[in-house]
Amino acid sequence: MTAATQAVVPPAGTARPPVLSIEGLSITYQTATPVHAVRDVSLELGRGEVLGLAGESGCGKSTLAYGVTRLLKPPAEVTAGSVEFHSREGYALDVMRMDGEELRQFRWSKISMVFQGAMNSLNPVKKVRDQLDDVLTTHRPGMSKAQRRVLCGELLERVGVDRNRLTAYPHELSGGMRQRVMIAMAMALDPQVMIMDEPTTALDVVVQREILQEIARLRDELGFAVMFITHDLPLLLEISDRIAVMREGRVVELADALTLYTSPQHEYTRTLLSSFPSLTGERGGFVRHGSRAVPAGAPTRHDAEHDTVEERA
Amino acid sequence: MTTLEVRDVTKVYKLRSGFRSADLRAVDGVSFALEPGRTTALVGQSGSGKSTVAKMLMHLERPTSGRILVDGAPVGRGRRAEVAYRRRVQMVFQDPFGSLNPYHSVGHHLERPVRLHHPGLGDAEVRERVLALLRRVRLDPAEDYAQRRPHELSGGQRQRVAIARALAPEPGILVADEPVSMLDVSIRLGVLNLLASLQEEDDLGVLYITHDLATARHFSDEILVMHRGTIVERGPADDVILRPQHDYTKTLRAASPDPERRLAELS
Repeated sequence: MTAATQAVVPPAGTARPPVLSIEGLSITYQTATPVHAVRDVSLELGRGEVLGLAGESGCGKSTLAYGVTRLLKPPAEVTAGSVEFHSREGYALDVMRMDGEELRQFRWSKISMVFQGAMNSLNPVKKVRDQLDDVLTTHRPGMSKAQRRVLCGELLERVGVDRNRLTAYPHELSGGMRQRVMIAMAMALDPQVMIMDEPTTALDVVVQREILQEIARLRDELGFAVMFITHDLPLLLEISDRIAVMREGRVVELADALTLYTSPQHEYTRTLLSSFPSLTGERGGFVRHGSRAVPAGAPTRHDAEHDTVEERA
Repeated sequence: MTTLEVRDVTKVYKLRSGFRSADLRAVDGVSFALEPGRTTALVGQSGSGKSTVAKMLMHLERPTSGRILVDGAPVGRGRRAEVAYRRRVQMVFQDPFGSLNPYHSVGHHLERPVRLHHPGLGDAEVRERVLALLRRVRLDPAEDYAQRRPHELSGGQRQRVAIARALAPEPGILVADEPVSMLDVSIRLGVLNLLASLQEEDDLGVLYITHDLATARHFSDEILVMHRGTIVERGPADDVILRPQHDYTKTLRAASPDPERRLAELS
């Protein structure tokens, strides 16, 4: 880690051991014209760290996440590289070599995922409790029904949803609540890494903020690491310790949030940053032609501040 | 040139659960006006009623009470009045992947509104208009794009087609419901800038519905903040965002991503 990172997270940042090491990972979709979706990506995720992965659609960020969890299906194929998982119990697992039962055990209990549009991946004809219960019956066969019931309630409350919602069907919940249920489900087995692929994109800003705060609180409490994938760079700048910017399958820049925002090195990072108009700052690349003549007597508030600003994007 | 006025409009939905029924006031006494050449942003959380306002503007829902006036006159009933209204008020939807029919070519999507709203035109004239529309939304070479089908276009290009389609009847008012929220970030600005320049060329009145305060601020003249069906704050864009008065506006602003804030915390 760089010296700058230490400045960002003074207590933990210096001595954060890795929980996930990705080394030279390449993933190719073996179609008629092979698509190299991920090219030689090396990343390290520290224990309890929030690593932001920024990029636009098609840059390979989701493919990378799927590769790390071994969820890729043909024609996608990992052509090179390794992924190593360092469990908190002190042993390391080679994710790429796992298969069968071992892989099934690994997924969700070590690494869980909250998918893009996850709130729509709840089963509409099953109650929330049954779906949470399903995770536990599969992965924790030793648990009694009563224990599972208590745990399901606790999980929901942990993400800020009332326990009595357990008996609800997904359609009876708002989008934000469904997303919380998905996060609760992803946390059910106390994973050490959570991969979140655009978890709040479909939600409005206020709900998004609540959920992000919830994730931050739970991270502090439970100490899992988060790989947070989104195209929303301002959001990442707020929540991440470090940010990797991806383009065309490669990580073009990796830096802590502060450095990335204040002195972006790569041209593409600068383009991405400038794509977001500042909430409180200057207009940036916006073409505004200001207000035009308004018919007399029309009920309007003409504002003098909106003078003609003509800039080319 | 069209002015659209919404006067004290209320929409009440009946919610039924068993034998009980309750009223949900989705929109409650909302008034505003859309004028040529001006952009009004309607911001608020999901469920605040902003899309219900859009639906009523598009005549997809009828107001429970209140009136919508075009150039000071109420809109008549019946198909003829409806067609006349749609010629003047058009909409761009959020999802360019869902709003275009995958079965039809881009040209077909534009041809239909042109024919519908300009019944007298011959085939060659229709074609000419379609190509001109494509060029206006910067889809050049237009002949090539007209032949393509939606799946052969990127999200931004599709949204441009949707904008071209909305402009086909030569409307005076454009309602844009989250027009860029489903697009890639690096092309959002391009699409918004395109909308802004088209607006200027045609002197359109635009209602920009969004939850993104940053673009609302830069893209519009006036901002209306909606919360639980009512407009809680309105004013010039910069005033509302930089000096919010109402608590809800402050909440919205605090929830919006703002790297400057983190920056201040870190350094």
